[in-house]
Amino acid sequence: MKQTKKSAKPVKEYADIPGTIVFDAEQSRMGYGINMLCMSLIKEENRKAFKANEAEYLKAYKLTPEQTEAVLKREWNRMLELGGNIYFTAKLGATDGLSFQQMAAKMTGSTQEEYASMMLAGGRPVDGNRSKSEWKK
Amino acid sequence: MAKIIAGVCSSHVPAIGAALDNGKSGEPYWQRVFSGFEPSKKWMEKAKPDVCIIVYNDHASAFSMDIVPTFALGCAAEFPPADEGWGPRPVPTVKGHPELAAHIAQSVILDEFDLTIVNKMEVDHGLTVPMNLMFGQPKEWPCPVIPLAVNVVLFPPPTAKRCFKLGQAIRKAVESYPEDLNVVIFGTGGMSHQISGPRAGLINSKFDKAFLDGMAKDPKKLTRLKHVEFMREAGAEGIEMVMWLIMRGAMDDDAKEVYRFYTVPASNTAVGHIILENPGKMGGKKKSAAKKPAAKKAPARLAAE
Repeated sequence: MKQTKKSAKPVKEYADIPGTIVFDAEQSRMGYGINMLCMSLIKEENRKAFKANEAEYLKAYKLTPEQTEAVLKREWNRMLELGGNIYFTAKLGATDGLSFQQMAAKMTGSTQEEYASMMLAGGRPVDGNRSKSEWKK
Repeated sequence: MAKIIAGVCSSHVPAIGAALDNGKSGEPYWQRVFSGFEPSKKWMEKAKPDVCIIVYNDHASAFSMDIVPTFALGCAAEFPPADEGWGPRPVPTVKGHPELAAHIAQSVILDEFDLTIVNKMEVDHGLTVPMNLMFGQPKEWPCPVIPLAVNVVLFPPPTAKRCFKLGQAIRKAVESYPEDLNVVIFGTGGMSHQISGPRAGLINSKFDKAFLDGMAKDPKKLTRLKHVEFMREAGAEGIEMVMWLIMRGAMDDDAKEVYRFYTVPASNTAVGHIILENPGKMGGKKKSAAKKPAAKKAPARLAAE
Protein backbone atom coordinates (compact mmCIF):
# COMPACT_ATOMS: atom_id res chain seq x y z
CA MET A 1 0.00 0.00 0.00
CA LYS A 2 1.32 3.42 -0.97
CA GLN A 3 1.83 6.03 1.66
CA THR A 4 -0.59 8.89 1.29
CA LYS A 5 -0.60 12.36 2.80
CA LYS A 6 -3.77 11.69 4.75
CA SER A 7 -2.71 8.50 6.49
CA ALA A 8 0.79 7.35 7.14
CA LYS A 9 0.01 3.66 6.91
CA PRO A 10 3.00 1.37 6.88
CA VAL A 11 4.09 0.13 3.49
CA LYS A 12 3.06 -3.48 3.01
CA GLU A 13 6.03 -5.21 1.45
CA TYR A 14 3.85 -8.16 0.51
CA ALA A 15 1.48 -5.95 -1.51
CA ASP A 16 3.93 -6.27 -4.40
CA ILE A 17 3.43 -10.05 -4.73
CA PRO A 18 1.33 -10.45 -7.87
CA GLY A 19 -1.98 -12.32 -7.96
CA THR A 20 -1.96 -12.59 -4.18
CA ILE A 21 -4.20 -11.08 -1.55
CA VAL A 22 -2.60 -11.42 1.83
CA PHE A 23 -5.24 -11.99 4.49
CA ASP A 24 -4.08 -9.43 7.01
CA ALA A 25 -5.84 -7.53 9.80
CA GLU A 26 -7.31 -5.03 7.36
CA GLN A 27 -8.72 -7.71 5.05
CA SER A 28 -10.01 -9.68 8.01
CA ARG A 29 -11.84 -6.65 9.37
CA MET A 30 -13.60 -6.18 6.02
CA GLY A 31 -14.30 -9.83 5.54
CA TYR A 32 -15.61 -10.87 8.93
CA GLY A 33 -19.13 -11.37 7.55
CA ILE A 34 -18.05 -13.42 4.52
CA ASN A 35 -15.77 -15.57 6.61
CA MET A 36 -18.32 -16.22 9.33
CA LEU A 37 -20.95 -17.03 6.71
CA CYS A 38 -18.57 -19.57 5.18
CA MET A 39 -17.69 -20.90 8.62
CA SER A 40 -21.37 -21.63 9.30
CA LEU A 41 -21.28 -24.05 6.36
CA ILE A 42 -19.24 -26.59 8.34
CA LYS A 43 -22.59 -27.79 9.68
CA GLU A 44 -24.66 -30.05 7.47
CA GLU A 45 -27.97 -28.44 8.50
CA ASN A 46 -26.61 -25.01 7.57
CA ARG A 47 -25.39 -26.26 4.19
CA LYS A 48 -28.93 -27.47 3.54
CA ALA A 49 -30.51 -24.18 4.62
CA PHE A 50 -28.01 -22.21 2.51
CA LYS A 51 -28.68 -24.29 -0.59
CA ALA A 52 -32.44 -23.98 -0.10
CA ASN A 53 -32.34 -20.17 -0.23
CA GLU A 54 -28.94 -18.54 -0.53
CA ALA A 55 -30.04 -14.90 -0.59
CA GLU A 56 -32.21 -15.36 2.48
CA TYR A 57 -29.47 -17.25 4.32
CA LEU A 58 -26.94 -14.46 3.67
CA LYS A 59 -29.06 -11.84 5.39
CA ALA A 60 -27.90 -12.89 8.84
CA TYR A 61 -24.27 -12.05 7.99
CA LYS A 62 -24.51 -8.33 7.22
CA LEU A 63 -22.53 -8.48 4.01
CA THR A 64 -22.06 -5.40 1.83
CA PRO A 65 -23.91 -5.47 -1.53
CA GLU A 66 -20.55 -6.22 -3.27
CA GLN A 67 -19.84 -9.10 -0.91
CA THR A 68 -23.35 -10.48 -1.35
CA GLU A 69 -22.97 -10.41 -5.11
CA ALA A 70 -19.54 -12.03 -4.99
CA VAL A 71 -20.86 -14.87 -2.84
CA LEU A 72 -24.02 -15.45 -4.88
CA LYS A 73 -22.08 -15.37 -8.17
CA ARG A 74 -19.21 -17.44 -6.74
CA GLU A 75 -16.61 -14.85 -7.72
CA TRP A 76 -13.82 -16.54 -5.80
CA ASN A 77 -11.11 -13.90 -6.33
CA ARG A 78 -13.54 -11.07 -5.65
CA MET A 79 -14.46 -12.69 -2.34
CA LEU A 80 -10.78 -12.63 -1.36
CA GLU A 81 -10.44 -9.00 -2.42
CA LEU A 82 -13.42 -8.14 -0.25
CA GLY A 83 -11.91 -9.75 2.82
CA GLY A 84 -12.61 -13.44 2.40
CA ASN A 85 -9.95 -15.97 3.32
CA ILE A 86 -9.34 -19.07 1.24
CA TYR A 87 -9.75 -21.51 4.14
CA PHE A 88 -13.17 -20.03 4.81
CA THR A 89 -14.29 -19.62 1.20
CA ALA A 90 -13.22 -23.24 0.67
CA LYS A 91 -16.19 -24.20 2.83
CA LEU A 92 -18.47 -22.50 0.34
CA GLY A 93 -16.58 -24.40 -2.33
CA ALA A 94 -17.10 -27.63 -0.40
CA THR A 95 -20.81 -26.86 -0.16
CA ASP A 96 -20.80 -26.66 -3.98
CA GLY A 97 -18.84 -29.94 -4.11
CA LEU A 98 -15.57 -28.30 -5.17
CA SER A 99 -12.13 -29.44 -4.03
CA PHE A 100 -9.30 -27.01 -3.25
CA GLN A 101 -7.80 -27.80 -6.64
CA GLN A 102 -11.03 -27.08 -8.48
CA MET A 103 -11.29 -23.76 -6.66
CA ALA A 104 -7.66 -22.91 -7.41
CA ALA A 105 -8.28 -23.60 -11.09
CA LYS A 106 -11.20 -21.18 -11.08
CA MET A 107 -9.15 -18.47 -9.35
CA THR A 108 -6.41 -18.74 -11.96
CA GLY A 109 -8.89 -18.58 -14.81
CA SER A 110 -8.01 -22.03 -16.12
CA THR A 111 -9.95 -25.23 -16.51
CA GLN A 112 -9.39 -27.97 -13.97
CA GLU A 113 -7.56 -30.02 -16.64
CA GLU A 114 -5.23 -27.16 -17.55
CA TYR A 115 -4.53 -26.43 -13.91
CA ALA A 116 -3.96 -30.08 -12.98
CA SER A 117 -1.51 -30.52 -15.84
CA MET A 118 0.36 -27.36 -14.84
CA MET A 119 0.72 -28.85 -11.35
CA LEU A 120 1.86 -32.21 -12.71
CA ALA A 121 4.48 -30.40 -14.77
CA GLY A 122 5.93 -28.89 -11.59
CA GLY A 123 3.53 -26.06 -10.85
CA ARG A 124 3.66 -22.36 -11.56
CA PRO A 125 7.31 -21.28 -11.56
CA VAL A 126 8.42 -18.56 -9.17
CA ASP A 127 10.51 -16.83 -11.84
CA GLY A 128 8.39 -14.11 -13.40
CA ASN A 129 5.90 -14.35 -10.53
CA ARG A 130 7.68 -12.54 -7.71
CA SER A 131 6.69 -8.93 -8.30
CA LYS A 132 3.73 -7.07 -9.78
CA SER A 133 6.20 -5.34 -12.11
CA GLU A 134 6.84 -8.72 -13.77
CA TRP A 135 3.14 -9.19 -14.50
CA LYS A 136 2.79 -5.80 -16.19
CA LYS A 137 5.26 -6.65 -18.93
CA MET B 1 12.31 -38.06 32.73
CA ALA B 2 10.56 -37.44 29.45
CA LYS B 3 12.66 -36.72 26.38
CA ILE B 4 12.25 -35.78 22.74
CA ILE B 5 13.70 -38.61 20.71
CA ALA B 6 12.94 -37.46 17.19
CA GLY B 7 11.26 -34.90 14.99
CA VAL B 8 9.17 -35.39 11.89
CA CYS B 9 8.11 -32.78 9.36
CA SER B 10 5.50 -33.39 6.73
CA SER B 11 3.07 -31.56 4.49
CA HIS B 12 -0.57 -31.91 5.48
CA VAL B 13 -2.33 -31.55 2.12
CA PRO B 14 -6.10 -32.17 2.52
CA ALA B 15 -6.27 -34.04 -0.80
CA ILE B 16 -3.95 -36.70 0.70
CA GLY B 17 -6.60 -37.32 3.34
CA ALA B 18 -9.34 -37.36 0.72
CA ALA B 19 -7.37 -39.89 -1.36
CA LEU B 20 -7.09 -42.18 1.67
CA ASP B 21 -10.69 -41.70 2.74
CA ASN B 22 -12.01 -42.39 -0.75
CA GLY B 23 -9.83 -45.44 -1.38
CA LYS B 24 -7.74 -43.76 -4.09
CA SER B 25 -4.35 -44.28 -2.48
CA GLY B 26 -3.51 -47.07 -4.93
CA GLU B 27 -3.77 -44.82 -7.98
CA PRO B 28 -0.41 -43.99 -9.59
CA TYR B 29 -0.79 -40.28 -8.84
CA TRP B 30 -1.17 -41.01 -5.15
CA GLN B 31 1.26 -43.93 -5.05
CA ARG B 32 3.99 -41.45 -5.95
CA VAL B 33 3.15 -39.63 -2.71
CA PHE B 34 2.36 -42.56 -0.41
CA SER B 35 5.34 -44.67 -1.43
CA GLY B 36 7.55 -41.90 -0.06
CA PHE B 37 6.09 -42.47 3.37
CA GLU B 38 6.41 -46.28 3.48
CA PRO B 39 9.90 -46.12 5.07
CA SER B 40 8.55 -43.49 7.48
CA LYS B 41 5.78 -45.76 8.72
CA LYS B 42 8.35 -48.51 9.34
CA TRP B 43 10.56 -46.00 11.13
CA MET B 44 7.61 -44.94 13.28
CA GLU B 45 6.84 -48.55 14.24
CA LYS B 46 10.36 -48.84 15.58
CA ALA B 47 10.45 -45.42 17.21
CA LYS B 48 7.28 -46.26 19.17
CA PRO B 49 6.76 -42.88 20.82
CA ASP B 50 4.74 -42.73 24.04
CA VAL B 51 3.38 -39.32 23.04
CA CYS B 52 3.52 -37.15 19.94
CA ILE B 53 3.38 -33.37 19.98
CA ILE B 54 1.95 -32.29 16.62
CA VAL B 55 2.45 -28.72 15.51
CA TYR B 56 -0.13 -27.89 12.86
CA ASN B 57 -2.52 -25.19 11.84
CA ASP B 58 -6.24 -25.13 12.09
CA HIS B 59 -7.91 -24.32 8.75
CA ALA B 60 -11.00 -22.53 9.99
CA SER B 61 -12.26 -25.66 11.74
CA ALA B 62 -11.82 -25.14 15.48
CA PHE B 63 -11.15 -21.41 15.20
CA SER B 64 -13.39 -19.10 13.18
CA MET B 65 -12.69 -15.38 12.89
CA ASP B 66 -14.15 -14.91 16.38
CA ILE B 67 -10.96 -15.96 18.14
CA VAL B 68 -7.55 -16.34 16.49
CA PRO B 69 -4.93 -17.62 18.93
CA THR B 70 -1.33 -17.45 17.75
CA PHE B 71 -0.30 -20.57 19.66
CA ALA B 72 -3.01 -22.86 21.06
CA LEU B 73 -2.11 -25.99 23.00
CA GLY B 74 -4.64 -28.82 23.09
CA CYS B 75 -4.93 -29.93 26.71
CA ALA B 76 -8.10 -32.03 26.33
CA ALA B 77 -8.40 -35.79 26.78
CA GLU B 78 -9.61 -36.19 23.22
CA PHE B 79 -9.96 -34.31 19.97
CA PRO B 80 -12.69 -35.42 17.54
CA PRO B 81 -12.18 -35.01 13.77
CA ALA B 82 -13.76 -31.79 12.46
CA ASP B 83 -16.28 -31.38 9.66
CA GLU B 84 -14.40 -29.15 7.22
CA GLY B 85 -17.32 -28.79 4.85
CA TRP B 86 -17.11 -32.25 3.27
CA GLY B 87 -18.16 -34.07 6.47
CA PRO B 88 -15.72 -35.23 9.21
CA ARG B 89 -12.83 -37.42 8.04
CA PRO B 90 -13.40 -41.08 8.91
CA VAL B 91 -10.38 -41.25 11.20
CA PRO B 92 -10.23 -42.28 14.87
CA THR B 93 -10.69 -39.67 17.56
CA VAL B 94 -7.29 -38.34 18.60
CA LYS B 95 -6.55 -39.06 22.26
CA GLY B 96 -4.71 -36.35 24.12
CA HIS B 97 -2.23 -36.41 26.98
CA PRO B 98 -3.75 -33.84 29.35
CA GLU B 99 -1.07 -34.28 32.06
CA LEU B 100 1.93 -33.63 29.81
CA ALA B 101 0.01 -30.92 27.93
CA ALA B 102 -0.79 -29.07 31.15
CA HIS B 103 2.83 -29.37 32.20
CA ILE B 104 4.04 -27.97 28.85
CA ALA B 105 1.53 -25.11 29.01
CA GLN B 106 2.65 -24.12 32.49
CA SER B 107 6.32 -24.43 31.66
CA VAL B 108 6.31 -22.44 28.42
CA ILE B 109 4.08 -19.69 29.84
CA LEU B 110 6.56 -19.22 32.68
CA ASP B 111 9.19 -19.21 29.94
CA GLU B 112 7.39 -16.14 28.47
CA PHE B 113 5.39 -17.83 25.69
CA ASP B 114 1.84 -16.64 26.24
CA LEU B 115 0.03 -19.50 24.62
CA THR B 116 -3.66 -20.26 24.70
CA ILE B 117 -4.91 -23.34 26.49
CA VAL B 118 -7.65 -25.23 24.67
CA ASN B 119 -9.74 -27.75 26.58
CA LYS B 120 -12.22 -28.47 23.81
CA MET B 121 -11.20 -28.65 20.18
CA GLU B 122 -11.93 -30.51 16.99
CA VAL B 123 -8.97 -31.25 14.76
CA ASP B 124 -8.81 -31.04 10.99
CA HIS B 125 -6.67 -32.43 8.17
CA GLY B 126 -3.75 -30.32 9.34
CA LEU B 127 -3.32 -32.74 12.22
CA THR B 128 -4.81 -35.98 10.94
CA VAL B 129 -3.16 -36.16 7.49
CA PRO B 130 0.40 -36.29 8.88
CA MET B 131 -0.82 -38.91 11.38
CA ASN B 132 -2.08 -41.05 8.49
CA LEU B 133 1.20 -40.59 6.66
CA MET B 134 3.21 -41.73 9.68
CA PHE B 135 0.83 -44.27 11.29
CA GLY B 136 -1.24 -45.47 8.32
CA GLN B 137 -4.94 -46.01 8.84
CA PRO B 138 -5.29 -47.87 12.16
CA LYS B 139 -8.60 -48.37 13.98
CA GLU B 140 -7.14 -46.51 16.95
CA TRP B 141 -4.12 -44.19 16.89
CA PRO B 142 -1.14 -45.91 18.52
CA CYS B 143 -0.28 -43.13 20.98
CA PRO B 144 -1.68 -39.99 22.58
CA VAL B 145 -1.14 -36.70 20.80
CA ILE B 146 -0.78 -33.13 22.04
CA PRO B 147 -1.94 -30.78 19.29
CA LEU B 148 -0.28 -27.37 19.06
CA ALA B 149 -2.25 -25.17 16.69
CA VAL B 150 -0.38 -22.20 15.20
CA ASN B 151 -2.11 -19.33 13.45
CA VAL B 152 -0.85 -19.15 9.87
CA VAL B 153 -4.22 -18.15 8.41
CA LEU B 154 -4.44 -14.53 9.54
CA PHE B 155 -1.33 -12.49 8.74
CA PRO B 156 1.00 -12.20 10.51
CA PRO B 157 1.78 -15.66 11.81
CA PRO B 158 4.48 -15.88 14.47
CA THR B 159 7.94 -15.33 13.01
CA ALA B 160 10.24 -18.18 12.11
CA LYS B 161 12.54 -17.13 14.93
CA ARG B 162 9.73 -17.06 17.48
CA CYS B 163 8.64 -20.51 16.38
CA PHE B 164 12.16 -21.87 16.80
CA LYS B 165 12.35 -20.40 20.30
CA LEU B 166 9.00 -21.88 21.25
CA GLY B 167 10.37 -25.23 20.18
CA GLN B 168 13.30 -24.72 22.53
CA ALA B 169 10.89 -23.91 25.37
CA ILE B 170 8.81 -27.01 24.60
CA ARG B 171 11.91 -29.14 24.78
CA LYS B 172 12.77 -27.68 28.17
CA ALA B 173 9.21 -28.39 29.31
CA VAL B 174 9.29 -32.00 28.12
CA GLU B 175 12.65 -32.62 29.75
CA SER B 176 11.34 -31.39 33.08
CA TYR B 177 8.40 -33.80 33.07
CA PRO B 178 9.05 -36.51 35.66
CA GLU B 179 7.53 -39.50 33.87
CA ASP B 180 9.74 -41.58 31.62
CA LEU B 181 8.21 -40.81 28.19
CA ASN B 182 9.63 -40.89 24.69
CA VAL B 183 8.24 -37.99 22.69
CA VAL B 184 8.26 -37.41 18.94
CA ILE B 185 7.47 -33.89 17.76
CA PHE B 186 5.92 -33.14 14.36
CA GLY B 187 6.11 -29.91 12.38
CA THR B 188 3.53 -29.93 9.60
CA GLY B 189 2.36 -27.93 6.61
CA GLY B 190 4.09 -26.63 3.50
CA MET B 191 6.07 -26.95 1.47
CA SER B 192 5.75 -24.37 -1.31
CA HIS B 193 2.15 -23.82 -2.35
CA GLN B 194 -0.39 -21.16 -3.04
CA ILE B 195 -4.05 -22.05 -3.17
CA SER B 196 -5.52 -18.55 -3.33
CA GLY B 197 -5.82 -15.93 -6.05
CA PRO B 198 -4.53 -15.76 -9.63
CA ARG B 199 -1.01 -16.86 -8.60
CA ALA B 200 -2.37 -20.19 -7.22
CA GLY B 201 -0.32 -23.22 -8.17
CA LEU B 202 3.04 -21.66 -7.36
CA ILE B 203 5.75 -24.20 -6.56
CA ASN B 204 9.39 -23.47 -5.77
CA SER B 205 11.35 -26.69 -5.48
CA LYS B 206 14.65 -24.85 -5.17
CA PHE B 207 13.40 -23.00 -2.10
CA ASP B 208 11.94 -26.20 -0.65
CA LYS B 209 15.13 -28.20 -1.09
CA ALA B 210 17.20 -25.44 0.48
CA PHE B 211 14.71 -25.39 3.35
CA LEU B 212 15.04 -29.15 3.85
CA ASP B 213 18.83 -28.77 3.84
CA GLY B 214 18.52 -26.00 6.39
CA MET B 215 16.32 -28.16 8.61
CA ALA B 216 19.06 -30.76 8.64
CA LYS B 217 22.18 -28.63 8.79
CA ASP B 218 21.57 -24.96 9.51
CA PRO B 219 18.18 -24.22 11.08
CA LYS B 220 19.42 -20.91 12.52
CA LYS B 221 19.66 -19.61 8.97
CA LEU B 222 16.00 -20.50 8.40
CA THR B 223 14.96 -18.55 11.49
CA ARG B 224 16.08 -15.38 9.72
CA LEU B 225 13.58 -15.83 6.87
CA LYS B 226 11.01 -13.06 6.76
CA HIS B 227 7.29 -13.58 6.17
CA VAL B 228 7.43 -11.75 2.85
CA GLU B 229 10.19 -14.09 1.64
CA PHE B 230 8.15 -17.18 2.48
CA MET B 231 5.12 -15.75 0.69
CA ARG B 232 6.95 -14.43 -2.35
CA GLU B 233 9.23 -17.43 -2.82
CA ALA B 234 7.10 -20.31 -1.56
CA GLY B 235 3.55 -19.07 -2.13
CA ALA B 236 1.10 -17.26 0.13
CA GLU B 237 0.29 -20.49 1.97
CA GLY B 238 3.91 -21.67 1.95
CA ILE B 239 4.29 -19.56 5.07
CA GLU B 240 3.07 -22.66 6.94
CA MET B 241 6.71 -23.73 6.97
CA VAL B 242 7.35 -21.55 10.02
CA MET B 243 5.74 -24.42 11.93
CA TRP B 244 8.56 -26.75 10.96
CA LEU B 245 10.87 -24.55 12.99
CA ILE B 246 8.99 -25.29 16.22
CA MET B 247 9.91 -28.93 15.69
CA ARG B 248 13.50 -27.97 14.88
CA GLY B 249 13.81 -25.76 17.95
CA ALA B 250 12.74 -28.69 20.12
CA MET B 251 15.46 -30.94 18.70
CA ASP B 252 19.15 -31.19 19.54
CA ASP B 253 21.40 -28.84 17.56
CA ASP B 254 23.20 -31.86 16.14
CA ALA B 255 20.06 -33.87 15.33
CA LYS B 256 20.70 -36.31 12.50
CA GLU B 257 18.68 -36.49 9.32
CA VAL B 258 17.65 -40.11 8.77
CA TYR B 259 15.12 -39.72 5.98
CA ARG B 260 13.88 -37.23 3.45
CA PHE B 261 11.24 -37.29 0.75
CA TYR B 262 10.07 -34.65 -1.70
CA THR B 263 7.60 -34.79 -4.56
CA VAL B 264 5.51 -32.38 -6.64
CA PRO B 265 2.57 -32.19 -6.62
CA ALA B 266 -0.13 -33.40 -4.30
CA SER B 267 -3.06 -31.40 -5.58
CA ASN B 268 -1.76 -27.80 -5.23
CA THR B 269 1.23 -28.49 -3.06
CA ALA B 270 4.86 -29.59 -2.96
CA VAL B 271 5.07 -32.48 -0.51
CA GLY B 272 8.11 -32.37 1.73
CA HIS B 273 9.06 -34.69 4.54
CA ILE B 274 12.07 -35.11 6.79
CA ILE B 275 12.86 -37.21 9.86
CA LEU B 276 15.50 -36.12 12.37
CA GLU B 277 16.72 -38.19 15.32
CA ASN B 278 18.31 -36.89 18.47
CA PRO B 279 21.63 -38.70 18.87
CA GLY B 280 21.55 -41.36 21.56
CA LYS B 281 17.94 -40.81 22.50
CA MET B 282 16.14 -43.33 20.30
CA GLY B 283 15.34 -46.75 21.66
CA GLY B 284 13.62 -48.15 24.74
CA LYS B 285 13.22 -46.00 27.82
CA LYS B 286 14.67 -48.50 30.27
CA LYS B 287 17.28 -49.89 27.94
CA SER B 288 18.60 -46.54 26.78
CA ALA B 289 21.61 -46.64 29.10
CA ALA B 290 22.61 -50.14 27.99
CA LYS B 291 22.02 -49.52 24.33
CA LYS B 292 24.73 -48.13 22.11
CA PRO B 293 24.05 -44.48 21.47
CA ALA B 294 22.83 -44.08 17.91
CA ALA B 295 25.25 -41.19 17.41
CA LYS B 296 28.29 -43.48 17.35
CA LYS B 297 26.88 -45.42 14.49
CA ALA B 298 26.00 -43.37 11.47
CA PRO B 299 22.25 -43.88 11.24
CA ALA B 300 21.39 -45.98 8.23
CA ARG B 301 19.97 -43.57 5.71
CA LEU B 302 16.71 -44.92 4.45
CA ALA B 303 16.23 -44.84 0.72
CA ALA B 304 15.45 -41.27 -0.18
CA GLU B 305 13.25 -40.08 -3.03
